[in-house]
Amino acid sequence: MKAKRFITNTACHILLAVLSIIWVLPVIYVILTSFRAEPGTYKSYIIPREFTLDNYAKLLGDNPILDFKQWFFNTFVIALCVMFISGFMVIAVSYCMSRLRFKMRKPFMNIALILGMFPGFMSMFAIYYILKGLGFLESGALKQLALILCYSGGSGLGFYMAKGFFDTIPKTIDEAAYIDGASKWETFIHITLPMSKPIITHTLLTAFMGPWTDYIFAKVILGQDTKYYTIAIGLWTMLEKEYINTYYTQFYAGCVLISIPISILFLMTQKCYVEGVSGAVKG
Amino acid sequence: MGIFNKKKSEHYFNKPSNATVGQCFTMGNSITKASFFVFGLGNILNKQVARGVAFLAIEIGYLIYMITFGIGALGDMVTLGTAVQEEVWNDALGIYEYTKGDNSMLCLLFGVVTIMLTIAIVFFACMSGKSAFATQFRKEKGMSIPTFKDDLHSIKEENLHVAMMAFPIVGVLVFTIVPLIYTILVAFTNYDRDHQPPGNLFDWVGFENFSSFLSTGGRLASTFWPVLCWTLIWAIFATVTCYVGGLILALLINRKGTKIKGFWRFMFVISIAVPQFVTLLSMRTIFAENGPFNVILKGMGLIDTPIYWFTDPTLARIVIICINFWIGVPFTMLSTTGILQNIPAELYEAAKIDGANAFTIFWKITMPYMVFVMTPNLITSFTGNINNFNVIFLLSGGGPNNMDYYFAGDTDLLVTWLYKLTINQKDYNLGAVIGILTFVVLASVSLITYRNTASYKDEGAFQ
Repeated sequence: MKAKRFITNTACHILLAVLSIIWVLPVIYVILTSFRAEPGTYKSYIIPREFTLDNYAKLLGDNPILDFKQWFFNTFVIALCVMFISGFMVIAVSYCMSRLRFKMRKPFMNIALILGMFPGFMSMFAIYYILKGLGFLESGALKQLALILCYSGGSGLGFYMAKGFFDTIPKTIDEAAYIDGASKWETFIHITLPMSKPIITHTLLTAFMGPWTDYIFAKVILGQDTKYYTIAIGLWTMLEKEYINTYYTQFYAGCVLISIPISILFLMTQKCYVEGVSGAVKG
Repeated sequence: MGIFNKKKSEHYFNKPSNATVGQCFTMGNSITKASFFVFGLGNILNKQVARGVAFLAIEIGYLIYMITFGIGALGDMVTLGTAVQEEVWNDALGIYEYTKGDNSMLCLLFGVVTIMLTIAIVFFACMSGKSAFATQFRKEKGMSIPTFKDDLHSIKEENLHVAMMAFPIVGVLVFTIVPLIYTILVAFTNYDRDHQPPGNLFDWVGFENFSSFLSTGGRLASTFWPVLCWTLIWAIFATVTCYVGGLILALLINRKGTKIKGFWRFMFVISIAVPQFVTLLSMRTIFAENGPFNVILKGMGLIDTPIYWFTDPTLARIVIICINFWIGVPFTMLSTTGILQNIPAELYEAAKIDGANAFTIFWKITMPYMVFVMTPNLITSFTGNINNFNVIFLLSGGGPNNMDYYFAGDTDLLVTWLYKLTINQKDYNLGAVIGILTFVVLASVSLITYRNTASYKDEGAFQ
């Protein structure tokens, strides 16, 4: 019995090791290329002949056309705003859908399902013209505000994941709180939210990561204003024909730099996943 | 006596909030009936001034909007503008000047906004009538009439959903619903590259665009059907492979015997931390003709000449599905981990006491639970894959290009084709039609499955 368990465990660990190599290799390639001293694009080898920090130094130095620091700051502010706005929206809507009962509940869920089936940017040109009509596209700062609104505006529809989570929290906990005289709002704030750390983390993280990776909306709304670009669209610009030969390795340096804060953030929040609510109604 | 002895069917509610709008109107007194037209009247006359004035202000605001602007906007929406922008010779200045013509795009947009506001006002009319009826009901029954303070308090109790949902719903209306209705209407016009406002007007053409997509023979139709087939194949493969792979990986990491769980999780999560378009672009580099993957294969002596991964249609499709698996599995792993940890521990303990082995526990407890919680998520991910723009656009850009297609390639999904048509070709009407057809496909597939799943029918199964 013990030997059998040992074999299974070893097999599992080896499998995990092989899989993680497959998953990590491309990432390592990105990191290696970011330190590559040889300029230009593709090479016929993988490990750089010579290593350098120049790519990072150049990237973070002053550059009036492609200002990486500025992009980083822009994206950070936008992502922070989106995180709070759409995090609030998603949690609020999913709690209502899971725990409260009202007439519009089922219709809203059906409408959300229907809306989710239309391609996301099918109506993008309409959003663009609406924002233009409202005067949002006249200055760079307003464009950024418009971008925040675009990212967080419809986020109330993405409630499925969190609703599924709230559905698994036993109802008896809520009922116990009502009997003790708590209002529904107090139950939500003091009972449900503290028990839902995993899903709140998940929601906030997803919302925060959106602006870092989206470039379609950013491209359409920000246009040619490089000073107000977000990271994604800025890096994308580096791969355009007129820049790619000079900026190829710097592009990878930029990728490494923006991946660092996101992974740190993830490490900080990862421990929230571990605490489930499985023990909440014991005894 | 009075209203409640008229008919038996009207007996059924003991709270006025359960009455339908029709019941409120037929059973209401003259003040209640008038409240459907003069908002807040019943409230103001019964000392609920704050609530009544709020209703009245909404109505007055709407009327002012309609008289100054709205009625004209509705008229413009029917014609979509009549005056074309023209060049006129200005003799005094000696130059050509443009006369300001109508802008069909704005006509349509303002029309949609006006219709939405009108729907909202009908909704408020019903609210006002119901509110007046509730007050009348309470007065006749000798119950206390809620003050403004009570209204505020109810937000924390039975009306909590109103407070929590108001803001998200406004966001959805402005950024999802209005643009969507606008785009759907564009599908019935000839808003293509030859009819661009403000220089030109576009007009209603009925179902012309749809018939050119669905009828056989035309260039649009012979692009649409193959692209649709590939979209469906892609979505099924992408969803199933990622879900199964991610679930197995999560179980592998979460099983009791696995050491350093956090480390393994971290290894897979690294690829999420790298922004998706970066991984996609580097994958494209890796699979380029002289990229690292071919270099490795050559080094191992498996091939002599580089393989062109994105040039052959079939090969390109397989490569894309594999790369998507690489991207998708950590995401599923992450979301299933949260849910796996949430499975009540008693279930496992009870199963163990009853002598169930690991396989039975997985099959009888873990799987039903995961399917219950994740089905809506699976459907969302299926729809997400049909609309998965990033993977296709950044990896292959829809290529290899197919000369028989109308501005599309062999790996183009409906949604990337839509993008090419709207952003590059400015054929907004064709883009809108593709959007609607995509929706029809998705709706027919997933609404049926969704309604038949346990988590929709029986929400409380695990509560």
